[in-house]
Amino acid sequence: MTDQLIEIRGVHKRYGVTTKTTAGPGINAVDGVDLDIAPGELFGLIGHNGAGKTTLFKMMLGLLPVTSGEIRIGGQAVRGEAFRQVRRSIGYLPESLALYDNLSGLETLHFFARLKGAERATCPALLARVGLADAAGQRVRNYSKGMRQRLGFAQALLGSPRLLFLDEPTNGLDPQGILEFYRILADLRQGGVTVVLTSHILAEIQQRVDRLALMRNGRIQALGTVQALREGQDLPLTLRVSFRPEGEAALRQTLATLGIATFEIDASSARFTCPRQAKMAVLTALTAAGPVITDIDVHEPSLEDIFLGYAEELVP
Amino acid sequence: MSGIELRQISIIAGKEFRDRLRNRWVLAVALVFTVFALVIAYFGAAQQGAVGWRNIDVTIASLVSLVIYLVPLIALILGYDAIVAERERGSLDLLLSLPITRLEVLLGKFFGLAGAMGVATVGGFGLAGVLLFYQLGSAALFHYGGFVLSAFLLSLCFLSLAVMVSVLAEDRMRASGIAIALWFFYVLVYDLLLLGLLVLSEGKLNLNFFPVLLMLNPADIFRILNIFGFEDVRRIYGLATVFPETLANPWLLGSAMVFWIIAPLGLAIWRFK
Repeated sequence: MTDQLIEIRGVHKRYGVTTKTTAGPGINAVDGVDLDIAPGELFGLIGHNGAGKTTLFKMMLGLLPVTSGEIRIGGQAVRGEAFRQVRRSIGYLPESLALYDNLSGLETLHFFARLKGAERATCPALLARVGLADAAGQRVRNYSKGMRQRLGFAQALLGSPRLLFLDEPTNGLDPQGILEFYRILADLRQGGVTVVLTSHILAEIQQRVDRLALMRNGRIQALGTVQALREGQDLPLTLRVSFRPEGEAALRQTLATLGIATFEIDASSARFTCPRQAKMAVLTALTAAGPVITDIDVHEPSLEDIFLGYAEELVP
Repeated sequence: MSGIELRQISIIAGKEFRDRLRNRWVLAVALVFTVFALVIAYFGAAQQGAVGWRNIDVTIASLVSLVIYLVPLIALILGYDAIVAERERGSLDLLLSLPITRLEVLLGKFFGLAGAMGVATVGGFGLAGVLLFYQLGSAALFHYGGFVLSAFLLSLCFLSLAVMVSVLAEDRMRASGIAIALWFFYVLVYDLLLLGLLVLSEGKLNLNFFPVLLMLNPADIFRILNIFGFEDVRRIYGLATVFPETLANPWLLGSAMVFWIIAPLGLAIWRFK
């Protein structure tokens, strides 16, 4: 036994020539992935379209057979009759899901609740939780894109799952909806639910996940906490300095002393980058320039920057 | 090992059936059957210069000609997108992530659609049967009941083919194309091919295997099943002359139809896994 909830060992997925989901013959959609996810973790899988996220997801759910390797959830291989029982405690929101237009929101949940063996009585409360209480009796045909996504999320929450797989869960949600979604996710984590989600909107998930895997060409390019990925990449920090008009000369002088030759400057602020190791030296020098410096913002590199950094390593 | 949970099958079947009730598909098809049955019963012999309620043999023979076109088409349209539509929608992945097997999804779909087909067929022709009963008497009802049952079996044969298409086809467009092609082949082309074979062979061909060729088309089985019982009707149909009476056993023909229901569905199940 291990204490990991999800264990992925040497998993490959190779598509043959005849499949429609790949661009050419014999493509390795997933190319040797090893990954462990611990109980209670909020795990993010990011990468471009076609990086293999969705394929890996489908293999974790037993929807696609692996070409080689092994996937276990709760110590259980993801196939066969024994895994049927595990499925009752898994919630799944597929990417680009269209539900049944002819059913109402409540009927949709009832249908999936029965298949999952969940209490039908919990359905109205779930709809209320995702903000669809008023639309419960409306047909899904009349739902907006965001409402459909909320309904899909409510469906994933049926039966109080212990493990959630959410493929691009904030697709189609407005900013308010995205905030509400992450609020619900935070509540679920309080209850010890493990969440695996994919996204290509990196900025959105970087503040919210415990760990990230960056996928590219079917491989995990980088794995760790956002902080660890930042340090591993050693990207420069961005500083934005505000100053009084009379302080411009002093600032230019300071930057010259620090050896920073390239910067953007306008009447009241300047932007430039500096290596992480030089951060304290730069801050000390700027503070020493006196009250003409009114404000200093330090920006950590964003996940986009990190992601691009890892991506560039591959370019020959 | 992999058990089958009837509960899961019945949930899928129940949804499919209710969907067809709610969108009034069942009602529409049943009405079409009732109206056609009554019109044919009354005007069926108009070509012979007579209008009015005739004997049941001629009525059924006329109904068979209609049903053989209509029922396969309706069944194919009903089932051609059963699986492929869920796949395109993305809801198939969701269904299969739940505690339900592929076999259960497929059987649920088939039984639900079969139920809708059954209610429409039995309801539609049954209503007409009640009206015919007053005109033609209870003896006719036995033959008519056999006709309705065989029409339902015929619909299941093509529903089974349709579900197979819905598993094999890559998208809905292709599935509908294949379904129409199947209808065209079995209902329009097949008999012409056999006829052409007969003519070209100029009697040199051993006709013993001909009944087997007829058995390879569920529409032909349905025709034989319904017209062989009637002496005067048999003479009208040329094809019946090449079909030996020993093979015209209703149980044998019925079994052939059941085979046609099971075989495509079995292939669909095998491919779906």
